[in-house]
Amino acid sequence: MSTTNQAILEMVDIEKHFGAVIALAGVSIAVYPGECHCLLGDNGAGKSTFIKTMSGVHKPTKGKMLVSGKEVVFQSPRDAMEAGIATVYQDLAMIPLMSVTRNFWMGREPTIGFGPFKQFDFKTANEVTMTEMAKMGINLREANQAVGTLSGGERQTVAIARAVYFGAKVLILDEPTSALGVRQTSNVLATIDKVRKTGIGVVFITHNVRHALAVGDRFTVLNRGKTLGTALKGEIKADELQDLMAGGRELADLSASLGGTI
Amino acid sequence: MSTSQPSSVPAGAPAADERLAKVSFFKSFLQRPEVGAIVGLIAIILFFAIYANQSMFSLAGFMNFMQPAAQLGILAIAAALLMVGGEFDLSIGSMIAFAGIALGIPLVLWGWPLGLSILFAFGVAIVFGAVNGFIVLRSGLPSFIVTLAFLFILRGLTLVGLKAATGTTQLRGIQEAAGDSWLMQIFSGNAFEGLFTWLASMGLIETFKNGAPKVQGIPVEIIWFVVLAIAASWLLNKTRFGNWIFAAGGDPNAARNVGVPVARVKIILFILTAMAATLVATITVLQFGTADASRGLLKEFHAIIAAVIGGCLLTGGYGSAIGAMIGAVIFGMVQIGITYTNINQDWFQVFMGAILLIAVLLNNWVRRKAMSSR
Repeated sequence: MSTTNQAILEMVDIEKHFGAVIALAGVSIAVYPGECHCLLGDNGAGKSTFIKTMSGVHKPTKGKMLVSGKEVVFQSPRDAMEAGIATVYQDLAMIPLMSVTRNFWMGREPTIGFGPFKQFDFKTANEVTMTEMAKMGINLREANQAVGTLSGGERQTVAIARAVYFGAKVLILDEPTSALGVRQTSNVLATIDKVRKTGIGVVFITHNVRHALAVGDRFTVLNRGKTLGTALKGEIKADELQDLMAGGRELADLSASLGGTI
Repeated sequence: MSTSQPSSVPAGAPAADERLAKVSFFKSFLQRPEVGAIVGLIAIILFFAIYANQSMFSLAGFMNFMQPAAQLGILAIAAALLMVGGEFDLSIGSMIAFAGIALGIPLVLWGWPLGLSILFAFGVAIVFGAVNGFIVLRSGLPSFIVTLAFLFILRGLTLVGLKAATGTTQLRGIQEAAGDSWLMQIFSGNAFEGLFTWLASMGLIETFKNGAPKVQGIPVEIIWFVVLAIAASWLLNKTRFGNWIFAAGGDPNAARNVGVPVARVKIILFILTAMAATLVATITVLQFGTADASRGLLKEFHAIIAAVIGGCLLTGGYGSAIGAMIGAVIFGMVQIGITYTNINQDWFQVFMGAILLIAVLLNNWVRRKAMSSR
């Protein structure tokens, strides 16, 4: 967990313009293996645009992207996936009425048999699903229970386990804790910790400072399409992060009037 | 997937989690999409067992209601797959008539051999199925509207084509033109006639006074129906393509994001539906010896009703081929069974509508219960 490591993914001075709107005006971050990089920002700070740039949905107007030190240009999300950059969006790409196994393998189903009798290898698929979920600390009742019967945190974990199993080197999580209760949130944070320990670089997008401080190794605050540098764990306090996110004193004043409860 | 700290990773998946009670058989049964159809089938059988003449449940009576059930069922199974894939096809009824003339005109008027005429009809079906699918996917319009347009277009083309070719709304002389081809054995008449004659001679099934069996064999459409139901069920539940059908219907965006070729899946399903209509067309044309402009009228709705009774969700992503099969059997039983009772036949449509409503309510309730219980 040292800075002498080579970054898996580096974004250098990324700018993204949509016509006259400058969504990103020079954002730089570096993601290291085995680290959780928290990207904080209020609504409209440019988080979504930045994620989509990392995952190949948008092409940056200016700036460089480096994967393991080599410059890359992604033409599509598929290119990013092939480079090992997996993104778990808020909708999770999960279908509630389908089983956990069917969701886990969707689009990449293992098959068994020959020619016209080739069929979905449920035995292998179920076993791998159960094992991968167990690694993330969730013991499923059965692999063929519908995803809709899982809690929000468990669904999030299925999506993460899927990305990890299919070879993610960088895992981008788009506000994974935003819609969850307290216990579910701590489960997801524990999952992030497990993923990080396998050597994957995690990009954790959130606007909750407490969630970020719980698992983050590095913190980058995005405000009005810009970053103000990256802080290491222990270098920065919760209220400083909060101030940076709000972009100034007004929130501090507001916070004081609310008795420091935000 | 080896990690540097194996100590933090539990070894393997637990085969059985001792903290969880075993899921009861009843509960897992309730989670099947077919549950509504099975309950409905039992209710219908009980109803006719009480109110209908007992000859309904003789072998002859069974074949009597299974024959229309099978013709509808072939359509319903294909419609069910398409519904699971998230689309409708309202043009299948008209497709039956259109495929009928696509088979009849080459055979009777152009003098083509039967095999080639059947291939031609299936070729036409593949083209129209693909066109349906292509327009739906390219325009992003609901398939309900696009295929509703084809309901009228195909019905109209059938009428125009028949009038131009024969001057009437019916094309006759199919059986004469077809001759004694082995294809007639596959698409019309009865199967296993030898077996039934033998059973009759052994006194195991009912016979006429002269010793001939009352039921000469199994009508071929019943064989097609059962084979297709098994094949479709296998495709849907056991194959990779089946998983793609569920995914394409459940959430096309999510499916696309993980690499499922959603457009290809849906176009293939539209083609399969049109081919099922053509199979029914071939069977009926060869059975009646005519191609008729009014054939298959309202069949698209009957097929959708059977699929919905069988547990298909109108929103896609959920359903079963076996359920659609049972739905079609319910349909056939009610339609024919009513003639074995003292009830006026005009009540048939009232019964079907009521069964549809009850089945949907039941399916809805069961699914919510199954999904909410954690």
